[in-house]
Amino acid sequence: MIGLDHYIILGSILFAIGVLGIFLNRKNVIILLMAIELMLLAVNLNFIAFSHYLNDTAGQVFVFFILTVAAAESAIGLAILVVLFRNLRSINVDDLDSLKG
Amino acid sequence: MDFASLVFYFFAAILLLSALRVVTAKNPVHAALALVLAFFTAAGIWLLLEAEFLAITLVLVYVGAVMVLFIFVVMMLDINIEEMRKGFWDYLPIAALVAGLMAVEMVVVLGGDRFGLTAPAPLPADFSNTKQLGLLLYTDYVYAFELAAVILLVAIVAAIALTLRRRPNRKIIDVGWQVRQTHEGRIRMVNLKPQKPEAKPVEDDE
Repeated sequence: MIGLDHYIILGSILFAIGVLGIFLNRKNVIILLMAIELMLLAVNLNFIAFSHYLNDTAGQVFVFFILTVAAAESAIGLAILVVLFRNLRSINVDDLDSLKG
Repeated sequence: MDFASLVFYFFAAILLLSALRVVTAKNPVHAALALVLAFFTAAGIWLLLEAEFLAITLVLVYVGAVMVLFIFVVMMLDINIEEMRKGFWDYLPIAALVAGLMAVEMVVVLGGDRFGLTAPAPLPADFSNTKQLGLLLYTDYVYAFELAAVILLVAIVAAIALTLRRRPNRKIIDVGWQVRQTHEGRIRMVNLKPQKPEAKPVEDDE
């Protein structure tokens, strides 16, 4: 059988790929949102692996709630993106400087 | 190597390759489709971990709803891909450094046999993961479950309120306004004196 460390390593690499995507896609907010989804997927994978190996279903309940919140987050994020594009005609992160932060 | 580990390595390879494709794809539509593939293979790995309900939920909710939403938004926006790709690889050294360090650190800290956990015996074939999850969700976690429902409601309201576009001068009929009208606002009573119509000139024809 596969050990727990296999799943943890897979989750770590997947999370690192999500971080890489956030660094690379500075001009495209849509792909930034997708990279966040990848990172959430890595976290969920860890939760489910530990839930399986500890024989405790609570981990799966947590994944259920993470999925719910992630769906809400991406819906609102995409709505903000649509409004942003309507106003700025751009989804480049560098153009989002109207708050001068 | 038994069948389960073969399946695991196969799915893990596809998952990592499609994740890399998501973050490096030139076209956002390709990135979204690669993310769909990543979700499907992740669901396969979750099936290996005996989380059947969540695997199906991932496919139904994520691939069926969220990714369709992503693809809709990608196709609605008219973005210039060439402009977007300019300087794409500029930050690759620092990005690869940070991501690589992060992965190595997590593997060093969490990898290996730190937890001393061995795989539990496989559950019997008639075991219902959905029933087990439901029993837990509707008893111990019922408050959190209702909060999750409220979060979804807030997300619906927020998404609609953000993207709703109010157009001026629509030809809409407000029934309430129509019903509230009385004759005072509409009809002016004019008191006219009765008067005789002028007498017609008599025509005399020969």
